[in-house]
Amino acid sequence: MLADQAMSVDSKTVKKIASLARIAMSDDEIEAMVPEFNGILGWVEQLGEVDVTGVEPMTAVIPNVLRLRDDVVTDGDIRDKVLANAPAAEHGFFGVPKVIE
Amino acid sequence: MTESTYRIQGATGEWEVVIGLEVHAQVTSNAKLFSGAATTFGAEPNAQVSLVDAAMPGMLPVPNGECVRQAVRTGMALNAQINRYSRFDRKNYFYADLPQGYQISQLYHPIVGEGAIEISLDEKNPDAHTKTIGIERLHLEQDAGKLMHDQHPTMSYVDLNRCGVALMEIVSRPDMRSPAEAGAYLKKLRSILRYVGSCDGNMEEGSMRADVNVSVRKPGDEFGTRTETKNVNSVRYVMATIEHEASRQVDVIESGGTIVQETRLYDPDKNETRSMRSKEDAHDYRYFPDPDLLPLELDDTFLDACKASLPELPDAKRKRYESELGLSAYNAAVLTAEAETARWFEALLTESAKAQGKPEAEVAKAAANWLLSELYGALNRMAKTIDDSPVSPAAGAELLALVAGGTISGTIAKQVFEIMLETGEGAGAIVEARGLKQTSDTGAIDAAIAKVLADNADKVEQYRGGKEALFGFFVGQTMKAMQGKANPQMVNELLKKALG
Repeated sequence: MLADQAMSVDSKTVKKIASLARIAMSDDEIEAMVPEFNGILGWVEQLGEVDVTGVEPMTAVIPNVLRLRDDVVTDGDIRDKVLANAPAAEHGFFGVPKVIE
Repeated sequence: MTESTYRIQGATGEWEVVIGLEVHAQVTSNAKLFSGAATTFGAEPNAQVSLVDAAMPGMLPVPNGECVRQAVRTGMALNAQINRYSRFDRKNYFYADLPQGYQISQLYHPIVGEGAIEISLDEKNPDAHTKTIGIERLHLEQDAGKLMHDQHPTMSYVDLNRCGVALMEIVSRPDMRSPAEAGAYLKKLRSILRYVGSCDGNMEEGSMRADVNVSVRKPGDEFGTRTETKNVNSVRYVMATIEHEASRQVDVIESGGTIVQETRLYDPDKNETRSMRSKEDAHDYRYFPDPDLLPLELDDTFLDACKASLPELPDAKRKRYESELGLSAYNAAVLTAEAETARWFEALLTESAKAQGKPEAEVAKAAANWLLSELYGALNRMAKTIDDSPVSPAAGAELLALVAGGTISGTIAKQVFEIMLETGEGAGAIVEARGLKQTSDTGAIDAAIAKVLADNADKVEQYRGGKEALFGFFVGQTMKAMQGKANPQMVNELLKKALG
């Protein structure tokens, strides 16, 4: 994207992003966030000034490949640990507020 | 039936149905897609959950090589393009079945690209009416956990055992035009997955389920707006979903409404679909590449090994059974539809050829007929699958060899088989112990014939007077007198002589 087509957000967009991320924010906080978002977007868009024609996208700073694990069961059977931090757990299940769509 | 004949009759004329399926198939693996927790069905709640699956802070996913291998092999079996470069993306959503807050999936660069499946719409004659259904893509992703809403008055219970299990999502093109085509596609896909061994295809346990995309249009028009009915878990339900959803859409449009693109749910008890999610931003998943995972790059060695490990697939096998073994199209289709049946048949074939000292092609027809009528009949009666057959391929081959060698007749073979099923004894031992051997003793057969002719003098008269159909009667009586043990061909010859 070229710098002169800079993307910008308004408070409505910030509100929607907050809602999608399930983060509760007051109107004041949202207003404060608008220039911060736009600052970040403007900074990222500066990168658009660099000509990267013919340059392969880079995914890691050092050459590295994705490692795969063997298909062996090495984990699990730690129910108590898994449930240890749960606000509610019963009969080996997590308990969450009833959610039916 | 042809593809263009399925139409819904509306008040304003005929409507065509357009169907696409997204099938989620659980990859057969010991461990999950990104963790070392087990995948077995039916474990105690949360017993197969690692800290990665529970999304504890700082835990990192490491892909299971076997799941990658199975996805590639499946892609190859679907004649699909295998992408040497693929990536994992995060699909963000918040629901208690997925503690990460996102599902790791592959949106932008799936591991498998376009392929195709050939379906047959005539079981009796599989090559007579076929249709190619396009596959758009196959990608790897994580399954979610399970929620139970009916165990507690105010809470839902969450079991994360399934969470993180590897799924292949196989997306078809909107190429199907009737419930029958969708059913045939699903069956064929399941058959291929089971041959490949990448998914057990067990729809009852949720190893395979389909999201059904349906729209309707006047024939020749542009595609209509589609709805997606989620998680339909049997071939029958998929077909019912399509019928009901298509009729519902026609009703809505004809009464002046419009179809909303939405997610729906099939209710098998009421046999209807109903709207599931209507939230405006429910589909704003904010996909982005997962920064925890490098791109997945596959080399030639890996791909060659995948290719070399593929078994003969159902279509190739069916055609070979027809051309090399001389089986009928129908028999070949039934024998190859399920990998287990084909495996059993081939074991029977090998054993039969060995027992009779003949090439497989010469013993194939008798083996196929026996398997499909006698063995299948017995298994159906006992409500067993071929893998639980009380009779082994070698034991079946022993029985078939006794018939082929003239030791027992086909009629006696049926009796012997029943005894085999009951007692587990071998065919040879049963025949020996119970004196069921077929006799070619001309003296004994002649004596029996003489008695039959003497007892039925009137019929002999009629036969000689030209009523030749009575010949069968004499054969039957003679066989009965011989307790089924006479060589039928010899009975025929001797009877002809005696009557002639």
